[in-house]
Amino acid sequence: MLDDTDRRILRQMQAAPDLPLSDLAQRADLTPATLSRRLERMREAGIVKGKRAEIHWPSLGYAVEVSLRLTLDKTQSRAFEDFLAAARQVPEVIEIQTFLGQVDVRLAVIARDIPHYQQIYRERLLTLPHIADVEALMHVARIKDDEALPV
Amino acid sequence: MTIEIDDTDRAILRALSRDASLSAGQIGRRLGLSQPATWRRIKRLREAGVISGTRLLLDREKLGFGVTVFLGIKLATKGRISLEDFERAVTAIPEVQTVEHILGLYDYRLRIVARDLSDFERVLRRRIMTLPGAGQVEANVVLSEERLPGPLG
Repeated sequence: MLDDTDRRILRQMQAAPDLPLSDLAQRADLTPATLSRRLERMREAGIVKGKRAEIHWPSLGYAVEVSLRLTLDKTQSRAFEDFLAAARQVPEVIEIQTFLGQVDVRLAVIARDIPHYQQIYRERLLTLPHIADVEALMHVARIKDDEALPV
Repeated sequence: MTIEIDDTDRAILRALSRDASLSAGQIGRRLGLSQPATWRRIKRLREAGVISGTRLLLDREKLGFGVTVFLGIKLATKGRISLEDFERAVTAIPEVQTVEHILGLYDYRLRIVARDLSDFERVLRRRIMTLPGAGQVEANVVLSEERLPGPLG
């Protein structure tokens, strides 16, 4: 199990994932050797899975982000599988979550502008299989986006 | 500000959005590009803000966070309470991972992690419902989640 030192390492790494190991060791108040050993152990245990670069879509001209909340026709036994397989084929869909709650699925969709969104919505999204109901929420601003875990 | 990128840039973005620990040399070898040329492209993408940061990927379940909830919140007292007050207070809650201001059914969407459902209930009652201006909420528990590479060719 993790101890306080491991948690300290994870907190520092979450705050600055690009930091070189030597700087990270200093921030976590550890020697680089101790840090490497602990980090290696957490990697082997599958706790630390890796890093990914975050893409800022507006910089590439995708100014619009919409959350589509969908309920599916659950009388169809393959509703989820069919829907998810088809949704993955739409390039502008960047996130898919399935839920237990009022909503079955959420798609995060990006588009260049509103007309482009309308086109994707009509041609690629409303045509996805087994949709019973859909509602759209438009993103205005991200206030907090670090997705850090309170370890 | 937006920048023009070509297919090589898109391939670099695809690679880094999957694994940000890849070096410029490793990515360059895959694309038939020299290490310095790849490095220059990555530097440009970073400087233009296309790569806005790096995210550490942790296994939530192994760290004891068994539940992720998307919470829609409607403000009850719009106008009277400033959005800044609400945003400042909600951002300070450690279990709240993301806060998005949205238009539509709700005013804000939060992504919340908790140890289990009773822990989530505690966060909801003690931290969320006591926020200045918090009104109606809708909770959806995440069953599965996937992130896709997006329109990168």
